[in-house]
Amino acid sequence: MKSDELRRVAATIRQDIIRQVYNAGSGHPGGSLSAADIMTALYFDVMNIDPDNPGKKERDKFVLSKGHAAPVLYACLARRGFFAPEELVTLRKLGSRLQGHPSMTALSGVEMSTGSLGQGFSAAVGMAIAGKLDEDPGRVYALLGDGELNEGLVWEAAMAAAHYKLDNLCAVVDHNGLQIDGRNEDVMNVMPIAEKFAVFGWNVLEIDGHDMDQILDAFELAAQCKGMPSVIVAETVKGKGVSFMENIAGWHGKAPNEEQARSAMKELGGEL
Amino acid sequence: MAAIATRESYGNVLLELGAENENIVVLDADLSGSTKTAGFAKKFPERFFNAGIAECNMMGMAAGLAISGKTVFASTFAMFAAGRAYEIIRNSIAYTEANVKICATHAGLTVGEDGASHQCIEDIALMSAIPGMLVINPSDDVSARALIRAAAEYKAPAYIRLGRSAVPVLYEEGREFTIGKAERLHEGKDCCIIATGIMVSEALKAAETLSGEGIECRVVDMHTIKPLDEEEVLAAAKEIGKIVTAEEHSVVGGLGSAVASFTAGNCPCRVEVVGVRDVFGQSGSPGELMEHYGLSAQHIAQAVRRI
Repeated sequence: MKSDELRRVAATIRQDIIRQVYNAGSGHPGGSLSAADIMTALYFDVMNIDPDNPGKKERDKFVLSKGHAAPVLYACLARRGFFAPEELVTLRKLGSRLQGHPSMTALSGVEMSTGSLGQGFSAAVGMAIAGKLDEDPGRVYALLGDGELNEGLVWEAAMAAAHYKLDNLCAVVDHNGLQIDGRNEDVMNVMPIAEKFAVFGWNVLEIDGHDMDQILDAFELAAQCKGMPSVIVAETVKGKGVSFMENIAGWHGKAPNEEQARSAMKELGGEL
Repeated sequence: MAAIATRESYGNVLLELGAENENIVVLDADLSGSTKTAGFAKKFPERFFNAGIAECNMMGMAAGLAISGKTVFASTFAMFAAGRAYEIIRNSIAYTEANVKICATHAGLTVGEDGASHQCIEDIALMSAIPGMLVINPSDDVSARALIRAAAEYKAPAYIRLGRSAVPVLYEEGREFTIGKAERLHEGKDCCIIATGIMVSEALKAAETLSGEGIECRVVDMHTIKPLDEEEVLAAAKEIGKIVTAEEHSVVGGLGSAVASFTAGNCPCRVEVVGVRDVFGQSGSPGELMEHYGLSAQHIAQAVRRI
């Protein structure tokens, strides 16, 4: 898909995020919106996946290690054809396949159940090892939050991925600079992210996480890198696309009220 | 009587399983010499992955490998498996129904001289509390190998508790075992001793002593704690009405709790629980510790006399 087309899809994904969180009355809009462009690129261009055959062999696999950004994953799966977009309104409701954090046993297309930070990344390392064992050409992608990097498990997994030379693994850090209690620097400084991964033995790419051309180029460069895992450190804006949510930590895990949701949808070129 | 540690049984059966099934992958966390996965690592190096001293990541990688179709055995000491990596086991292995066999060695007090930091007496409680988790605690070499084989065939998460110290071989070679189906080793009408793991041989010794006093005990090897063999517990409660449980584990949340909870709701009877009485262990030889914390055959016999 061309990048201007991907940008249009990303706008739809952002509208879906707002609709889902508004309907649910809870959820995580900030970190879903910051990841929307990266996720759109993965699901609509980069990854070899088949909505009609979610378990097909040699597919690429995506793990949402920052599982609270479930709304962006559900929006991508729905718009890509894994399920009907009408189902998005069931997010977080009793009996829904769209659990508050992604569940692979609940929803086909979800490759790994996540929500407890660091764990998805660790499982992605295991998936990449399995890929190597099976000589599977499929790649494994994992999206991490920057706050998530506080977790020790992330660095255990990072060490293992480099040790096992998992060049079939590509991590993306959604570096929006904010976590629940405030700015990364104030809560627990994670900087410098790129250098940390580099000394752990990773191929590091730094991009603007809202520039579709840069995103696509980075995934291409990561795929070409051999002998080491790649990480794309993507500079993003939490709440990107909704002016009153942008760069506000408070929108990490809060649903908009009706008025706010209408205003957000208007900004995103849609209607509630 | 021959004696062998169940961790040795694990190492031996892994070699057989590895040769029979190319889909089996083994993970360890820098303890392969102690957990006995080193033999597999040597024979099948391409299917062995050392996680280093990073048990949480080992469990996460195990989940990823299992979700990708592998039958995964992940090993470390019980303390670092059930304890340190608890939440990864819960969320990444059990919640996803991943086909991972957590073979945790050095469980209980009989780790010995390493002391309380390494003596995991809460693992049965922790693992049993996880929905869908199978919890197996074999009593000897024959049952350990058979139950690990059975677990390899079972396509879901399982926790298998193994010991450091040599324990007597109780069963004849080739005996078959079914997960969730207890074994009756001795018959008696006065009391039923339901034991698990290395306490089964202690229970048999206690039964022998008691028999000399005219007290006849039924002895049951409850090798699977979850799912509990409720039929066998019900039979003990109905036919005998007095139960003594024995485990090398805390009295909180282990076999005794499971038996007492089941009988309370289905056929109330007296239940005496032999186990570690909600305290931490300490350094000492395995034999000294079993004696000190009330886990010997003599303590089981006293419990039977009390009840």
